[in-house]
Amino acid sequence: MASLRDIKTRITSTKKTSQITRAMQMVSASKLSRAEVNAKAFVPYMEKIQDVVASIAAGSSDTSNPMMIARPVKKTAYLVITSDRGLVGGYNSNILRTVTSRIRERHTSNDDFVILSVGRKGKEFFTKQGMTILESAIALPDHPTFSDIKEITRKAVGMFSDGTYDEVYMYYNHFVSAIQQEVTETKVLPLTDIQPTGSTASYEFDPSAEAILEVLLPQYAESLIFGALLDGKASEHAASMTAMKSATDNASDLIGGLTLQYNRARQAAITQEISEIVGGAAALE
Amino acid sequence: MKTITVNIVTPDGPVYDSEVSMVIAVTATGEMGVLPGHIPTVAPLGIGAIRLKKENSTELVAVNGGFLEIRPEKVTILAQSAERATDIDLARAQESAKRAESLLQANKNEIDFKRAELALKRAMNRINVYEGNI
Repeated sequence: MASLRDIKTRITSTKKTSQITRAMQMVSASKLSRAEVNAKAFVPYMEKIQDVVASIAAGSSDTSNPMMIARPVKKTAYLVITSDRGLVGGYNSNILRTVTSRIRERHTSNDDFVILSVGRKGKEFFTKQGMTILESAIALPDHPTFSDIKEITRKAVGMFSDGTYDEVYMYYNHFVSAIQQEVTETKVLPLTDIQPTGSTASYEFDPSAEAILEVLLPQYAESLIFGALLDGKASEHAASMTAMKSATDNASDLIGGLTLQYNRARQAAITQEISEIVGGAAALE
Repeated sequence: MKTITVNIVTPDGPVYDSEVSMVIAVTATGEMGVLPGHIPTVAPLGIGAIRLKKENSTELVAVNGGFLEIRPEKVTILAQSAERATDIDLARAQESAKRAESLLQANKNEIDFKRAELALKRAMNRINVYEGNI
């Protein structure tokens, strides 16, 4: 049995850990609420752009814009959104597992696909696996603005346009609720199925529908990626909050058990002392 | 006086929402004035200022890229970034203009040159909107 002092030390250190995890839980909770606000602020933009793209696409059936045409696939790009740091439960491992198994299903050689990675964890993982990372973004702020990720979205869309790869899949954790996040796979490019969300008016186009699509489609694809990133950030904070909450709970369970052990050991020591004194006194008589 | 609702939306959230009597925007093909009752139109925007005319005042918003969607009773402007004249940080705009200028002088590379040129254009636009000289 561990000595009184050992148990005491363990209780103190576990308490300190639980203080830290509780603080981290609260930090994540407040970050989560801000991330939700950010994700909501983005919705009107996304809806509007989707409306307009859909109504243009519906209006002109002979769209020849290269971004809307599926071409024979020689190379696929996977855009994977992970977090920069750990302590977020299964957030990163879920996503990386899904991506790897999907890649193994689809491709036999590492030359058939490239990775576009957001987040340090993803970058480290794919580098270790020996996969080609074409572009990566790390150390994004907790509440990214559009200009923070413009670089990688522009490159992701640009490399599709110049033929570096022929399709783009995106993986991120979709925020369902504070305790549930779902790994989601979306095909970003080519834009083959654009669904209208609301009323579609028939527009005049200045100068022409084709010219507008040329401007609009890259923006649309970029905003799809930005939307996923915001969603992913919300999930990250939620996952981190849940992980820290269960860590705190575990710590208090542990402290309860240890305190019980400590008290037992203390009582045993007292009992032993008394019986020694009684034994000593009896020997004197 | 008839008015038209104007919404300016960016990926980071709405920037402007109000009733105005006339909107003047810089589109890819030139300046375009929109009055209430305009035919439904979509037009891409360049880097420039949106002028929002109210009864006896004019507001300015600096926009960068995006497009303009017009319906008879409503104008929606979707821009990658947009700043109202009152929100513009002049010192920052001047600094980025300077940076872009020095890049322009240093660079012979075509892509970087273009990028610096665009950055300069955006910064100048913000400064102009701030100072109100459009």
